[in-house]
Order: sequence, then C-alpha cells, then structure tokens
Amino acid sequence: MAAAKPRLAVHKFSSCDGCQLAFLNLGEDLLRLAELVEIVHFAEAGPVAPEAAVDIAFVEGSISTPEDEERIQAVRRNSRHLISIGACATAGGLQALRNLADGPGWSAEIYAQPETIHSLATSTPIAAHVPVDLELWGCPVNGRQVLGAVRALLFGVVPALEKDKVCLECKRHQAVCVLVAKGLPCMGPVTLTGCGALCPRFGRDCYACYGPAENPNATALGRRLEGLGLVPEAVARRFLFINNGAPAFAEAGRHWREQRILTPICAEDVPTEDRPDI
Amino acid sequence: MPDPYLPHEVEILERIQESPTIFTLRLAFTDPEMQARYRFQPGQFNMVYLYGVGEVPISIVSDPEDEHLIDHTIRAVGRVTQGLARLGKGARLGLRGPYGRGWPLKLAEGRDIVLLTGGLGCAPVVSVIHYILRRRERFGRLTILQGVKHTDDLIWRAQYEAWSRLPDVQVGLAADVGSPGWFGQVGPVTVLFDRVQFGPGALMMMCGPEPMMRAAVQELLRRGVAEEDLWLSMERSMHCAIGHCGHCQMGGNFVCRDGPVFPYPEIQALLGERGF
Amino acid sequence: MAAPGFLPRPYLQHLLAALTAAGYLCLGPKVRDGAIVYEELGSADDLPRGVHDHQQPGAYRLHRDESPRCFSWANGPQALKPLLFAPREILWTSAAGSDGGITFHPEIPEALPTAVIGVRACDLAALRLQDQHFLEGPSPDPHYGVRRRNLFLVAVHCTHPAATCFCASTGDGPRAESGFDLALAELDEGFVVTAGSPKGEALLGQLPLEALDPVQQATADGEIVAAAQAQQRALPSRNLRDGLFANLHHPRWDDVAQRCLSCTNCTSVCPTCFCHAEMEEPALDGLSSTHYRQWDSCFTEGHSAIHGIVIRADTRLRYRQWLTHKLGSWHDQYGRSGCVGCGRCIAWCPAGIDITAEATAVCGGDHA
Repeated sequence: MAAAKPRLAVHKFSSCDGCQLAFLNLGEDLLRLAELVEIVHFAEAGPVAPEAAVDIAFVEGSISTPEDEERIQAVRRNSRHLISIGACATAGGLQALRNLADGPGWSAEIYAQPETIHSLATSTPIAAHVPVDLELWGCPVNGRQVLGAVRALLFGVVPALEKDKVCLECKRHQAVCVLVAKGLPCMGPVTLTGCGALCPRFGRDCYACYGPAENPNATALGRRLEGLGLVPEAVARRFLFINNGAPAFAEAGRHWREQRILTPICAEDVPTEDRPDI
Repeated sequence: MPDPYLPHEVEILERIQESPTIFTLRLAFTDPEMQARYRFQPGQFNMVYLYGVGEVPISIVSDPEDEHLIDHTIRAVGRVTQGLARLGKGARLGLRGPYGRGWPLKLAEGRDIVLLTGGLGCAPVVSVIHYILRRRERFGRLTILQGVKHTDDLIWRAQYEAWSRLPDVQVGLAADVGSPGWFGQVGPVTVLFDRVQFGPGALMMMCGPEPMMRAAVQELLRRGVAEEDLWLSMERSMHCAIGHCGHCQMGGNFVCRDGPVFPYPEIQALLGERGF
Repeated sequence: MAAPGFLPRPYLQHLLAALTAAGYLCLGPKVRDGAIVYEELGSADDLPRGVHDHQQPGAYRLHRDESPRCFSWANGPQALKPLLFAPREILWTSAAGSDGGITFHPEIPEALPTAVIGVRACDLAALRLQDQHFLEGPSPDPHYGVRRRNLFLVAVHCTHPAATCFCASTGDGPRAESGFDLALAELDEGFVVTAGSPKGEALLGQLPLEALDPVQQATADGEIVAAAQAQQRALPSRNLRDGLFANLHHPRWDDVAQRCLSCTNCTSVCPTCFCHAEMEEPALDGLSSTHYRQWDSCFTEGHSAIHGIVIRADTRLRYRQWLTHKLGSWHDQYGRSGCVGCGRCIAWCPAGIDITAEATAVCGGDHA
C-alpha cells in the first residue's frame, strides 16, 4: 500500500491574498502538487479545515488582530513544518507602516465607530509570534520558490534559500543596470533576489519587494539615492515600503528620516540633469 | 572532450553509524568498469551527489588498495549531508572524483609520522592511520594526537585506546575543557608535544580548525621541525572540484585542485588570516 | 598574412554578408536600454552610428551625434564573457529510475558558429585570461570550449576611451594586438582591415577591399595612440601582488567597505571574473533534476560559506578578496594581473568605487 501523502495547508492572516494567488497561478504545477500532497486546507482554492494537523503549513499574512494572535498559535501546534510566505508574513507587510504611526489615533479620526475595529497597534511577522521553519520572502511570493520548498521537504531535506542580491540576478539576465544607465533609484543593491530581477529587466527600478538581502549597506545606497536627487525623506520611503518592518529597512528608514543633508556619493560625477538622449 | 562535471552512479553497499551525527558510507560504482578503473590517494576527496539536492566534497577514507569499496565518513551538518544521513544500504548516489592532492605518503616512508587532528573526528587523518597500520614496516614511529574542545566531542574513543596499545604507536588526547573521568590532557593540542617523542625528520600531517593548525605549526617550528615537513589539509567551499568555480581559493591556490593537502610553505602567508 | 586593406564605409555590409555566408551568426554592438550591448545584427544599419558613451564612476550615458562612425564609444557592460561563460546554464541532468537508480545525462550546448563584430582590445585580453582559466588547466570546460571553438572575432581598435578606461596602464589596449581573426580601424570614410588568423585571412579575401592609402593608415594609428594618451586613469603598476598582500590590514579596506554595496555588479561586468555556483533544481514530481551553474561572486555570502561558517562574512573581507585576487593572486594563478583596464567595474558600480583609486590607496605604502 502506498504511504499516505503528506498533508498541506495554506493559511491566511492579515494580507491581500496575493500569495495564495501565487499558488493558484501555478497552473499545471498546482495539479501536480495536489497529486504529491493532500491539500487539506486552502480556503481560496476550496478545501477548508483550518484546525487540521498537517505536515507542511504555508502561512500568508501578518499578525495584525487579536484573533490572528491566537490563531497562529493553533496553526503552529498543528503543523510539522511552518513556512511563512510573502512580505506580510515575513516582515509585517505594507500594513506594518502603522507601527511607525499613531494607528488608534487615525482610526478614531477616520471611522465613525472606531470601537468596532479590533486591530492590534502593530502588524508583525509570523516569526515574532511562533517559531518558523522557513521564510519565503516577496510580494508576492514566487511560485517556483514555494514548489522548491515542497519538493525539498518531500525529499526529506532542508529547502535551499536563494540569498543573492537582485543585482546579481539582474546581471545574470544581462539586463542593463537602471541605476547606472538611467539614474533610477533602484533598490537592487540591498534587496534579496527570488523575483528574477523582474523590474530592472523591464527598465524600472527595484522597489525592494523581496526585502533586505544579507549584508545590505543601506547607508551607502541611501547616499547614492541622495546623489540621484532624492531628498532624505524620499530615501527613507524607498526603505519604508512593502518590507518596512524588516529590521534592516526599518533602521535605514529611521536613519534617513532623521537626516538633513549629507554629502551624496558621486554627486560631482553624476549630474542629475545628465539624462541620456537615447 | 570528457565532461568533468558529470557524476556517475554509485550504490551504498554498507552504512555504519559512527556517532550520533557521523556516519560512514561504503560505496561502489554500479558500473564495474568504472569501479575497476577508479584509483585514489589518501587525502583526496570525491564530490558526492544526493539526487535532486546537490553535491558535497567528502574525503575518501578507505584504503587505496581496496579495489571494491570507496568509503566516506560524513558528518551531517548541511542540507546535503543531512540528506545523505537518511540513506541506507542499497540507495544510489552520484559520485565524481577523486580530486586534489592527497597526503605525502611516499615521502613519509621510513620516517616517524605525527598525525595531528582537531575538532570533531577528522576523517582525512583517520584514513592515514589505517593506511600506515596496514603497512607498518614502511614507516617509523606513529604518533596520533587529537585535540577536542569538550571531552564529549571525542568520537572513536575505543579506537584511540586500541591504537595506543599497538607497538611503536603513541596516542595523545587533549581537551580544551576537561571533565571528570577524562583520561587525556586538558589544554590546547600543543600541550601534547611535551608528552610524546618523535625523531628528527618526522613528518607532520594535520587537519582541523585553522587556528588550531596555526598554533600547532608555530609550536612545531619553534621546536625545530622543518617547514617542509608540515602538511595540512585545508577546507573551503567547493562546487566544481576542478579549479573552475573559484569558491575554494586561498590566495592563488585553488584548494580543490592544488590541495586540499598542502605543505606548509605553500599556504604559510595566508594560514589563519581571516577572510582567505 | 595578407597586407591590410581598406573597406569603404558603404561596403561594411559586405563584411556581415561574408560572415553570414561563411555560416556565422553575426553579433555586434547595438543600443539597448541605454547601453551598448552585443546582440544579433540584422544588417550593418543596426550598428550604433554616431553613438558615444559618457562614463563616470557609477554612471553610464549614451549620446548621439552626426558622426558616421559606428564604433566611437569605449564599451558597454558586457565583454565577450557572457557569450562563452554563460550567466546561467545547465551542466547536466539526472533522472530517477523506478528501481531506485539514477541516470546522468550530459548537456553540452550546441554552439552556433558566431562572429562578434566590434570586440575591444581589453575584451581580447580578458578572453585570453578566461581561456587560460576554463580551457588550459587539467580539466578543460566543455561548455566554454564548444562555444570558444565556434567564435570568429572582429576586433575594432579603440579610439574613444571613456573616463573610466585604463587599458594603456595594464598593457591591454587600446590597439588590438592579437587574438582576433580580423581587426578594423575605423575612419570616417571606412575601415582599415587587418587579418589576424588564417580564418580571418580567408574572410578578408572575400571583401571588396581597396588599396590602403598610407595617410589612412597613419591617421588610424594616430587615433589609437591618441586614445592611449587620453586615458585619465591608471593602475600604479602592472603587478600589485606584493603591495596588496603586504597591506591586508590597511585602513582603506574599512573605508571602502563603508562605500561598497557588496552588490556584485563589479564582478558581473568584469570580463575576467570566473566564479560560479552550482545548484540543483529538481522537477516537482521528483522524477528528474537539473544541475545548473550560474555566475557567482566573491561579494556573496554563499561564495565562502562552509557548514555554518562564512569565511568572508563582511564587506571588508569580500572587497579585499576581490581586489587581492584580481590584482594580486591572479599573478600566481595565470602569470599576470586579472585586470585588463576596461573600467567596467568603475562605471557599473552603483557606488562609483574606483579600482584604480582603491589599489593606489592600499598599495601606497603608508601603512605597510
């Protein structure tokens, strides 16, 4: 008799559902996945069994409400491997911007009956609440990385993590550097790859949706962005975006918010008006 | 042009658990011709491939004259080695090799030998111990020195005791941190040099953490051992094993190809220099 | 070797036609995304006529004027490296048999005969170094080798060095001295064509060449000499090995680590950097698996990681590894420096770090 298939769940917390869509967009691979594992809970795709014990639990979303706080504990208890996926689950998401602001104050000003809103004062990543076995970053998470993690667990080995920066992946694709050739405020030099350098390959600047890479030099990049003409607050906002809750970006954001004027790197060499005419 | 990157299938003929995290796989190529052609020197390594996961460099610990088995003693520390640890007899792997420069065993003939290891079970040196014990008449006095951080780190304790009872073999054990019942010395491995005798012209072969090797080298040089009689096995990241991928570079040396065993003068400048 | 001839500019298309007729896919410089890149040429009209590059530390811009010339720029982010040492490629695949066995399948690429037009002297010098690394050791690389054997190189002597160029100081340019099949010197009215190999000579014989006027030759030579003299940067010596290794604890390494993004752009655009990582991508069903290699860099954590230890955990150690290898231990490996003076690492560094300035500062001797 064939061994029982490993059981898999996809849980949603405070999020936009985009990472679940990454599963649904897998096409044929989703069908193949369903042959390899038993998908017991995946509300957006159909099966609903939030309390089921599973071998692999993918968790989307941040912890943003008292209900989230309780439910993540149950998910952890019921899951052998817990993998948080996407910027909300790994860094608190865009909604973690409220950690830097007066959330309750805003609610009181905007909503007629703010007492009906049950939000925590902060939005925090899953790993701030329960032990996490693996984090797959990105907004949204990459289907290839999700499947790679499942495949590795099926082989009985720890999934491999991609740790390179967007820049290296960008050069592997032989894309032309948009920071150097166009003066765009690209975040590639501090950002984790996994996206395949999607934005620079299409001529736009990386906005750091995969979060900080290892060994990021946010100070030097911030100075370079100033050299491209960004004021300190604009530099801060490059860091305080989708992954604002990631410690390296949060620190860089705070740093640049506090800045007035610093000597930009290469200001003498790169006049901002020197735009290419081709 | 032969493809130097392509592994060949091997089968696990036997699996031995050496300690909770250390195990030995005894392998043979499934193609008998490959197995018949395969030759290596102690101290060389193979790239071992776990299907669907990747390759790791592992030193060969079997006897070079054993034409039937290629043994690898492996510590489960990374994703590939942890995966390998789960396999049993009959499982298939990929293998390519052997690679690199092994121990100077021809040069060692007729001389006293000192084998110095640090850290957890140093497989490359154990292969030399077995090699010498099987050809005892070709070598002078054999001295086996092992340093560990904690006394519990010592594996193959019974093995060391057995070696110490052999004629013309000295065994010295040292732990940085002692414990009740510890029968060795307490302190760095260099404390053992006062407790053993080896003749002038003895050949030193060592492997283990670089700070340990550097300390040992300095002490041995101070005691008059010639630089060219010190041989060290180095460990670096390796992906290709043939001097192409660049990960294992230590200065101008490609550790995979020019080593992993080096005479001290070749790596003297950068030994223990953080970052190289 | 046949004497050099003159190819009038209107006949440039004949060069492409002759190469195509000889079975070559023609690659050459084109403008893409604000840079000169090597791509397939449909015709000589695809060449970047009147295009000039303005390069500075951390900046690269193209401008166009009315010049009839197609090669009046220094270089783009690529050299020949990506054509031979692919940024990412399959090394082999494996498959799981129903009996638990594994079969291995080599994946040696099929390389089309390829002609590259517009190769610079620095790129030829870099190619020589990559040949040494990938082909001339004890284990030649068949992936690199099959592409290399199928290459036809049309060099163009450099007459427009960028502010970032320093090939004159490394001895690698601006004149292409060897390693090409054909070399062109561009003048407004056409090209001085020289053969550098029997293959090149055969092709030269098929071109509608005119007799070379000594004045044309002198003009072309003069432009190359002027290009060398115009270079603004230089390395202090062609062998900095001892100076670098004597200064492993120089404070400049900490200084550059403050500025360096550790982003790997320098190593990726460097025409001689050869580091690559091997990795595995199993199919989801587990029945087959693909073993890749892709460009790696000494600026990544993965480059020096061994079971729990990262030998070069910080930027200071990574930058020092790069520079001491490139300008230092390369001499031990391949008998010369690994730098050919192309200046790409300066222009394409988002932080504008200048290898010539860093090397000069470290080897300056005040902290030896």
